[in-house]
Amino acid sequence: MRNVLTIAGRELRSIFVSPIAYVVMTGFLLLGGWFFFNLLARFNLLVSMYSSFQGGAEAMQRLNVNEFVLAPLLHNLSVVLVILVPMITMRSFAEEKRSGTYELLLTSPVGIWEIVLGKFLGTAVFLTVMVALTGIYGAILAFYGNPELGIMLAGYLGLYLLALTFLAIGMFASSLTENQIIAAVTGLVIMLLLFVVGWAADTAGETLGAVLRYTSVIEHSSEMIRGVIDTKSLVYFASMIAGWMFLTERSVESIRWR
Amino acid sequence: MIEVHDLTKRYGDRVAVAGVSFSVARGQVLGFLGPNGAGKTTTMRMLTGFLPPTSGTARVAGFDVFTQSAEVRRRIGYLPENPPLYPDMTVWSYLTFVAKLKGVARSQVADARERAIARTGLAAVGDRLLSHLSKGYRQRVGLAQAIINEPEVLVLDEPTIGLDPRQIIEIRSLIKDLAGERTVILSTHILPEVSQVCDKVVIINDGRIACEDTLANLTREGSLEEVFLRFITADTALAHERDATPPGEPDQPPPAGHGG
Repeated sequence: MRNVLTIAGRELRSIFVSPIAYVVMTGFLLLGGWFFFNLLARFNLLVSMYSSFQGGAEAMQRLNVNEFVLAPLLHNLSVVLVILVPMITMRSFAEEKRSGTYELLLTSPVGIWEIVLGKFLGTAVFLTVMVALTGIYGAILAFYGNPELGIMLAGYLGLYLLALTFLAIGMFASSLTENQIIAAVTGLVIMLLLFVVGWAADTAGETLGAVLRYTSVIEHSSEMIRGVIDTKSLVYFASMIAGWMFLTERSVESIRWR
Repeated sequence: MIEVHDLTKRYGDRVAVAGVSFSVARGQVLGFLGPNGAGKTTTMRMLTGFLPPTSGTARVAGFDVFTQSAEVRRRIGYLPENPPLYPDMTVWSYLTFVAKLKGVARSQVADARERAIARTGLAAVGDRLLSHLSKGYRQRVGLAQAIINEPEVLVLDEPTIGLDPRQIIEIRSLIKDLAGERTVILSTHILPEVSQVCDKVVIINDGRIACEDTLANLTREGSLEEVFLRFITADTALAHERDATPPGEPDQPPPAGHGG
């Protein structure tokens, strides 16, 4: 455990001293702010339109900030994660290989699992900060309106688990190569595939369709953004993270059998 | 202390190291000599547990490098050809990190770091970023990193490459200092280095051992340069004979091996 923390600490430091982290975080918050502003403006417009209609009062009942502002905001942020998480994770192993520090790590008396876990934890702290900062939008809604807090928290949990899943995928992509661009593109493509794999579900057969739907990350994060925390989704995210970390461990270890 | 037996590394069809055997006694400094691409780096990577051998065995301090890798890694300090430095760290924070990574007890980390800094003469640059250091200092940090957990065995891959003459002299005397009780394997293709630092010499050519002897024995009849050239030429000729190259053909250069 001590080795894991040592590696996590160094990883976190190196993320925070590199400009990439600040560019990514600023970009994430800037886009988030833009989404939030526009969704809020649209919500405002709808409210004023409905209130001027006859019988609009009934329609007004169905307008709520969870569904019209927060849910689309979290959906948009999930898409942004697909692009930004690979920018953070592309360095994790690729950079070590390129600079030669990989030899130090692998000839030190630490297990490969400890290296993988440490790197995961270090980067996870960064992503936690990044996702937590978007909580400001939720806080603004809670301050000026009355969103359903439970639904909001479920939605943020969904976004966070999505970020961690992408982190595990990005690390795996980085462990395959010493080229950061290749690592970023590979990670991005795997993440996008997991996003859209559900599209085939409707035309595929019943069983295959169900499998595809279950495999798709967006299926589970949407559920949570809607406010439903299903055990099925939690199991999905947990097994995704563990599975991609396992592949990362194998990929690092593979230097020993190639 | 180090027993290497019939160690072989193949990359696909290409043989980088072919059945290398040698041994180093405790406290000896072994000069690992050979032309570029002879298989020096590959052999050292196998000894440090970074690469697994295709076949053969190597034992360090009685532990097998493949099956008891963790025990071996705990006892070896390794300076790869490019010092494994994180450019965004200071000397001080880097050495703290490495000390923890190598399992130095929490209460001893600061001591180990200060000791390594003192021995490698880094006190003046402790708070500088590694990316801002000159090549000589980077090499020193590499050495400090290798000795920080007081390993019994030091493996140094071309520690003086790319340094200016003054730095070379400094690093050499540093290695002599560090050797002391330790067993050291030092790879190089700079011959004077060997005569100054080493007790024993292994010459490797084209993945095979061309010669293994003490420095005193080898230099009895001539300078190390002559000995080196004689062995390399004889060995390459032998290899050609083995490959049944028709006589009279111009000498082919030895195939480029992996690493240095």
